[in-house]
Amino acid sequence: MLPTALSASTMPSAPTDTSTGLLAITPTLNTNAPDWFATRSSAAWADFQSLPIPSLKDENWRYSNAKKIELAEHSPAKAPTPAEIQAALSATEGLKERAARFVFVNDTLVESDTSGLPSGVVCVTFEEALKAHVDVLQQHFMKGEQALGSSKFAALHLAHVKAGTVIIVPKNVVIEKPVEIFHWVVGDHAAIFPHTLVVTGDNSEVSVVDHYRSLEGEGGLSIAIADLIGGSGSKVTYAACQELADDAQALHLSSITAGRDASVKSFQVQLGASFSRSESVSDLVGQGARSDMLSVSLPIGDQIVDQRTLQRHKAPHATSDLLYKNALYGTSRSIFSGLIIFDEGAHYTEAYQTCRNLLNSNEAEATSLPGLEINADQVKCSHGATSGPISDEELFYLKARGISDSESRKLIIEGFLAGVVERFGNSELLDTLVARIDEKLERAV
Amino acid sequence: MVSAPDSTLELPKVESSALENDISDIKVDNIGDFTFPERNKYDSGFGITSKTIDYISDVKDDPDWVREFRHKALKIFLDKPTPTNWATKDLENIKFDEFRYYLSDGQKPKRSWDDVPEDIKKTFDRLGIPEQERKFLAGVEAQYDSEAAYSNIKASVSEQGVIFVNSSEGLKEHPEIFKKWFGKVIPTGDNKYSALNSAVFSGGSFIYVPPGVKVKHPLQAYFRINSEQFGQFERTLIIADEGAEVMYMEGCTAPKFETATLHSAVVELVALKGAKIQYVTVQNWSSNVFNLVTKRGIAMEDAEVRWIDCNIGSRLTMKYPGVIMKGKRARGEVISIALANSGQHQDTGAKMVHAADDTTSNVISKSISIGEGRSTYRGLVHIPKHLKGCKNNTECDALLINSSSRTDTYPAISVRGNQHATQHEASVSQVSADQIFYLMQRGLTEAEAMSLSVNGFINDLVKEFPMEYSVELKRLIDLEMEGSVG
Repeated sequence: MLPTALSASTMPSAPTDTSTGLLAITPTLNTNAPDWFATRSSAAWADFQSLPIPSLKDENWRYSNAKKIELAEHSPAKAPTPAEIQAALSATEGLKERAARFVFVNDTLVESDTSGLPSGVVCVTFEEALKAHVDVLQQHFMKGEQALGSSKFAALHLAHVKAGTVIIVPKNVVIEKPVEIFHWVVGDHAAIFPHTLVVTGDNSEVSVVDHYRSLEGEGGLSIAIADLIGGSGSKVTYAACQELADDAQALHLSSITAGRDASVKSFQVQLGASFSRSESVSDLVGQGARSDMLSVSLPIGDQIVDQRTLQRHKAPHATSDLLYKNALYGTSRSIFSGLIIFDEGAHYTEAYQTCRNLLNSNEAEATSLPGLEINADQVKCSHGATSGPISDEELFYLKARGISDSESRKLIIEGFLAGVVERFGNSELLDTLVARIDEKLERAV
Repeated sequence: MVSAPDSTLELPKVESSALENDISDIKVDNIGDFTFPERNKYDSGFGITSKTIDYISDVKDDPDWVREFRHKALKIFLDKPTPTNWATKDLENIKFDEFRYYLSDGQKPKRSWDDVPEDIKKTFDRLGIPEQERKFLAGVEAQYDSEAAYSNIKASVSEQGVIFVNSSEGLKEHPEIFKKWFGKVIPTGDNKYSALNSAVFSGGSFIYVPPGVKVKHPLQAYFRINSEQFGQFERTLIIADEGAEVMYMEGCTAPKFETATLHSAVVELVALKGAKIQYVTVQNWSSNVFNLVTKRGIAMEDAEVRWIDCNIGSRLTMKYPGVIMKGKRARGEVISIALANSGQHQDTGAKMVHAADDTTSNVISKSISIGEGRSTYRGLVHIPKHLKGCKNNTECDALLINSSSRTDTYPAISVRGNQHATQHEASVSQVSADQIFYLMQRGLTEAEAMSLSVNGFINDLVKEFPMEYSVELKRLIDLEMEGSVG
């Protein structure tokens, strides 16, 4: 079946610009892939070539620019050399308390450890899943349309995808520790296309952390997609931590489906890349479903963080809660564009959306586009967006206790961002991320 | 495209002006929906071409610069695409060829109330303005179609040096002030509809308040559209000189027609240093009117521009009053009430552009959607770099009455630098069953209870309107709420 992502309705109209440079070389199809996948892959390739690069007039790219993803500059990452693999492995610190770990370098698996997983859980590479779990892939792999403007990039991902992880958790199985996945990119202008697919059975639990990192080389590119499908009563926690090099570009497209009484928590950490865009769609399809969408970013220098979100309520009695926080330095920019949509019949629903921007320099720019479209009865819905500097009162309070101005500011920003990270509920990850935020703050000041 | 047929040039339609106006001539279906017999002396025919422009300029005896301005605007209008990438597709249903772009009964502005034609007075009757208050309506500028039909500036106001005339009179008699600001706040090419207005504008007010003059009484203009398929293109320019204060009120009701009508006004406000302008609108066009209005004010140092805007009628309203805060400590405010009933889309909002240090802006918007009505808030707040101390507060609350009612919010807030503060909040709620039950317990019908609750929801904003408007507003809301429950 063809992905609906490529339907005409999502296609931006003229002006047509389909220049793709080195990425225009037809990807080599995985010879082991089943026919249905090969068909989808080549269809996606055709779509990628025919779809225009989203224009500035495209509402989903308002205040941003799709040309910031410099397709012409990049080529698919080459297989890593032994030295590169060694370097990546020694740089992979990761969580001590984990159920499984995968390390990919340039879309090639270099280490996997699934010893901590309970029996019955499927946690395999994407290539493996193509052989052994065709039914799950056929049912769930990239089913949602790209509602937030990146159809072209999603098509490119589908045409190139070979690395990533597929996690299938059976009914009633609880995986207490997280599954951690590292994606390293190495080499000049190398592009990677990591994929994560998580499917949970009834009343199961899993948490997954994706890391996107650069090893060396100029201007990497990561076009990653995560599909999270939460079955009835299940709990899914997902984090995408993007810490690519400062001259890299990152695109992360996630689609969440929360079934009856399911709770899906997704989390975006944007610390690296010169241009980093995330598109997160949450579909609440079952009664009593809940989706928490969280994000922190700390752009410095001339980094651009571009965030697009969509909370789609398709069932009654569901809840969605979004909290995005950005602390900006230098001449950096952040764009938050969120939308809450209620389908007809999504009664007795609660939906919240909050975006907070802390501006720490005179040149930083924060744009917020918090949107609501409501077409249902008995709905509780609110959104808020604030932008401003650190309040004088807060600073005064700390300084009155003998803490220096710069130290006080650092503490306040750390607290501002850590408040979101805490909601992920893993203290080891919290400590790691706070340390990374700290490191970056040092660079910012 | 249908151009102005020559016959209309030679044979202007003149009907008996000695109107005995039998009450039976007036067709009343509903309150606010009624028509009067047409008697139009000048008619530019259907559609819009450069011939139409020349015709309008000839009739109005425009100076050359205005004629040129109109022609330039027509070209921009024809070149600009319909903004459907973000706006509602309903805009595509506007058939520009099916409108008449100029119409006047050729009456010279009247000086006293007694000279006002009976049928116009009847409109005021239906609006529910009490006899007592009508006499008090000093400085009324009532318009019949595009031209001023009645104009009576209160003696004390003109003694103070205030100019309050219709815009055609303004551009002829006060070109030195008019030309300086005309088209400067809203350039012709701002959007497709402002370009259309610039091409065919007629009517509207021109007000100049000299330095330090505080106009005590609000200046008012009632106007309405009264001919089938006839669009109205008012052009209003208000200039408050240094330290001056003025309040302008605009209210409209339109009789019901069978085919869609177009209304596309342009309103420009200029508040010089320390001046204060308040612009109040109560819009109640009939529900077949496309109301595409561009309103913007400039506030210089220490000046204040306030838009108080209420949209109840029309099929589609697209109106985003804006303030450009150009001088230090300038202040901009938009207070907006929108009520969308079945078949209506109120697409309203506010634009706040901060262009100087320490400027503050405030937007409070409340919308009510009834039946299948749709209300949309679209906002823009822009705080560019190198400024400091700018503040914006935006609040939008929406109330949904029925399960098929719809509301959308699309704000855009762009802040640069660390010396500003912005906050935006929006909520969507419903009248709770408890609330209705409580009121019905005390003997109110369900409709009354609902009406009371809705009036409560917007009560704090209604207080911002002048007395007679808030009374009228409550009445209009009661009317709209009729039959919405049960």
